[in-house]
Order: sequence, then C-alpha cells, then structure tokens
Amino acid sequence: MSTIVLLLITGLGLGALYFLVASGLSLIYGLMGVLNFAHGSFLTLGAFIGWEVARRLSDGTWWTLGASMIAGAIIGAAFAAATEFFLIRPLYLRHIEQVLVTVGLALASVALFEGIWGTDPIYVVNPEWLGLTTEILGARIPNSRFLLIGCAALVLLAIVLFLKHTRYGLIIRAGVENRSMVTALGIDVRRAFTLVFAIGGAAAGLGGVLASVYYGYVSAHIGGSLLIFAFIVTVIGGLGSLAGAAVASVLVAVLQQFANYYLWGTGDLAVVLALAAVLLIRPQGLMGKSVR
Amino acid sequence: MSENILSVRALRGSIAGQQVVEDVSFDVPSTGVTALLGRNGVGKTSTIKSILGLITRTGEVTFEGRRIDRMPTHKIVQLGIGYVPEDREIFSALTVAENLKLAERDAAPNREFIDELFPDLVQRAAQRAGTLSGGQQQMVSLARALLNTNKLLLVDEPTKGLAPRIVGEVANALETAARTVPILLVEQNLQVIRQLADRVVVLADGRVVFTGEADELLDDEDLITRLLGVHGDSAESSSAESSSAESSSAAAADSSTNEEVSV
Repeated sequence: MSTIVLLLITGLGLGALYFLVASGLSLIYGLMGVLNFAHGSFLTLGAFIGWEVARRLSDGTWWTLGASMIAGAIIGAAFAAATEFFLIRPLYLRHIEQVLVTVGLALASVALFEGIWGTDPIYVVNPEWLGLTTEILGARIPNSRFLLIGCAALVLLAIVLFLKHTRYGLIIRAGVENRSMVTALGIDVRRAFTLVFAIGGAAAGLGGVLASVYYGYVSAHIGGSLLIFAFIVTVIGGLGSLAGAAVASVLVAVLQQFANYYLWGTGDLAVVLALAAVLLIRPQGLMGKSVR
Repeated sequence: MSENILSVRALRGSIAGQQVVEDVSFDVPSTGVTALLGRNGVGKTSTIKSILGLITRTGEVTFEGRRIDRMPTHKIVQLGIGYVPEDREIFSALTVAENLKLAERDAAPNREFIDELFPDLVQRAAQRAGTLSGGQQQMVSLARALLNTNKLLLVDEPTKGLAPRIVGEVANALETAARTVPILLVEQNLQVIRQLADRVVVLADGRVVFTGEADELLDDEDLITRLLGVHGDSAESSSAESSSAESSSAAAADSSTNEEVSV
C-alpha cells in the first residue's frame, strides 16, 4: 500500500512538472497552430536565471526560492514573448517555417546556455524542508513533490481564472476554436498570440526553477528532456486543451512511475506505448476536438 | 441612385493557390440591400471573404472612399463592417453571452436592440452556443454583427439550412437592420431575396455577369433560369435538396413558403 501511495504522489509531482511545460505548449498550438520546439529553452533559461538569483541572495531560504521562481517566470515570459514577436509573427501561417525556426532556436539556445553556464550540471541549494520526507499512509514522500503539486495547481487555477474571467481569456478561448472568426469580429488576435506565448513561457520558466528543485541541479539540457514528455502529454491530452494537458500530465507521470517500479524500469517505453495507443484509438487526444 | 459605400474593382481571391474569385467588380450603395447571387461554387462566399481579407486577394476594394484591400481583417471590421458568415461560425464552446460579449466593438453596444430582436437569446444567455439549434445559432451570428453600429453588413447565406419559420424570422431581422445599415447579402432563398433585395449582382465562373435592380431579375423567369440555373417554378422542388435535415420536415409542412433554390 505504501509503495502505491509513494508512486502515486511522486507521479503527481512529476506530472506537475510536465503540466507546467505542456500547458503553454497546448495553448500555443491551440490558438496559433504552432508546434513550439523552443519551449524547453524557456524552461532552461528560467532554471538558470532562478539559480543566478538564488546564488546572489542567500541560498537555501524560502525567500530566495520564491524570488527565483518569480524571476524564472518573468524571464520565461519575456523570452517567450520575444520569440513570438521576432521569430514566429513574421512567419504567420507558414507552419513548416515556424517549426524550423523553433527547432533552430532550441538548438542554438542550448549551445548558448552551455557557453554561458558550462556543460556540467550545476547543483542547487534548496530550503532544508524540501530535502526531507513526510510520511503519508506509510509512504515517505519527498517534500519537494508537494511544492511541485501546489505550484502546478496554482498555475492551473490562475490560467483557468484568466481564461474564464478576462477579455483576453475570452479571445484566447474563442481563438482556439476559430481564429479567423475572431479577427472577423474586429479583434487583433496577434496580441493574444504574444500573450499566450508569454503565459506559456512564464509557466515554463517557473517549471524550470521547480525542475531544478526536483532534479537537484540545473543544466542546459534540462528543458529538452522535459519537452519530449510535455509533447507526449500535449498530444495525449488533446492539442489545445488545457484540461486535457492537466489530466494527461498526471496520467503519463503516474504511468511512468508505476512502469518504472513494477515493470523493470520501462516507464519511458510505457509512455510511448500509451501515446501510440491514444493516437490509434483517439487521434484527437483524450479531451481534444476531432478534426472535421 | 445613392452614393456607393463599397466599391470592388478587379477583385481576385485565392485559397491555397487555387483561384476562387476571378475578376469581380461591383458597387454597394450606401442604402438598402444588395444581393450577391449565383449558382453554387461561383465564388460568392469567397468574394465576401476577399473583401474582408479572410483569404488572399488582389484588386481594389474601397470602403467609404478609402482603400481597404491592404488592411488586415480586424482593421477592416473596425471601420464599421459587420460580418455574418456562412455556417454561422459561432464559438460553440462559449456561452451565448460570451459570444456576444466577444463581438462588442462599440463602447456602448446595442444590447437593447438585440434583446428586442432576439428575446430567445436573453433566456439562453448562459447556454453553450454549440448546444443551440441551427436557427438559434443563426440568431447569435446575426446578433454579433448587429450588436455594433455598422456602416455596412456583409451577410453570407443567413437562411441556409433553416426551417421556414426561422427563415422568416431571420429575414425580418435583416429587414429591420436594413432600415439603418446597407447590406451586401449572399442568399439562396428567392423569397428572402424578393423580400429584402433592392439590387442584385450575379456571379458566374468567378465574374460578375449581371447587375441591376432586384425586380429586373426576379420578374424575368428566363433571366433567373439563365443566370441562376433554376426556373422560378422549380424553386420549391429544389429547396428540398438543398435544405438541411432540420428544415426538411418543416419545409414539407409548409412548402409554399420555402422558395429556396440552389443558386
């Protein structure tokens, strides 16, 4: 029983990390039809800037971690907004070129990060409590997972409230459904594009700082490895569906944890098989809309 | 003849490299309803979309004496052009109220006018638009356009697939709107055209082949047959083919009111 509880909660923690990356990916694709392969770079930059903030303040305190998270989110949003404005917007409706430019940016930014911060992992110092465990139903859960789950839940809540109760949220929800009709109502949907990129980048930047808490280090490749699973989550959940991204993040991460434990470390394989099964049975994803 | 609010010259439109509007030129007067007619697939909807910049286009489009053919769609609409698209294109995941809220361009939108014109929508404000009937969805689509003070309305097949009773309601709503705003109307229902149109522009093979007063066309059976491909007499029978499942039973019950043709 305690093993199952441990796998479930650590799976939720990993799912929280996936969600922070996948939520932005899903919204960006849903509104703009852009597969953003540079999304991992937003996360990596957020992680590095978070670490830079932490080492300049007093490492290992909650205040420092909070400041790192805010800095990571801000830099992620700024990097993402700049990417949309300077690289994606000139290629509007040219999806192949957009994919190529985001792939190029992802490769170039990893090289840039390695040039600035080196190729070796940089180990981070977190508040002491995050290194301890809490016992739940006999399972000793690493406390860092609670931080991840809490932050992801807050991000989900914030995005839902934004989408539900603001004018731009309304534009984004409508744009995901029918972008050209939104423009035909006299709305400049390009502003919503930049905003969605910024929101996705902020979530990814925050995810970068939390990923450094989860893994205990920062490296130039931290975003790339998470991006693969975030894409899988996005496809399984349904491209463009925030709720789908949330549900699929948890399903994928929990499946991964259970398969790793009970099926001889085959978690990654199980996730890929789940992706294949979803694509065969329900190509639009769990909560995505079918293409007419 | 009143001054023209919209002038279209040598308009060409294409979708994914395929030419769908060949060389269209016509004017829309600043009062009344101008009907854009033609057989299926001649480029009526594409002409409307070309005017709005929703598809790739070349040529000259002038609105109130100002060139708009290089403007993005949202800027064109902001000039005061309301658009009611073919197939409604309401946002099905949003509520009725959200659909209308999204469409508000003016600081003081005409909510009272809309509430009077479509009282059903007031009661269904919290309902998801995707769960409405076809007729109610058309009301939402019309309300989105009429909510703002427009200088021109582009209305694309507003009665398509609707039951005859709803067709009448839609036509009446447009007739009310036409008292204050000129309308460029794409329509397949001859009875609606008779009720609303002051002037007609007929397209064939992506080009204008006839322009004139509505009566000039509608009173001439031979001209209708030649330009629109139907006899006025056969209009009722052809309506059964083009009507949706929603309207077919109602059309059978009251076919005399449904003079829809496959134009």
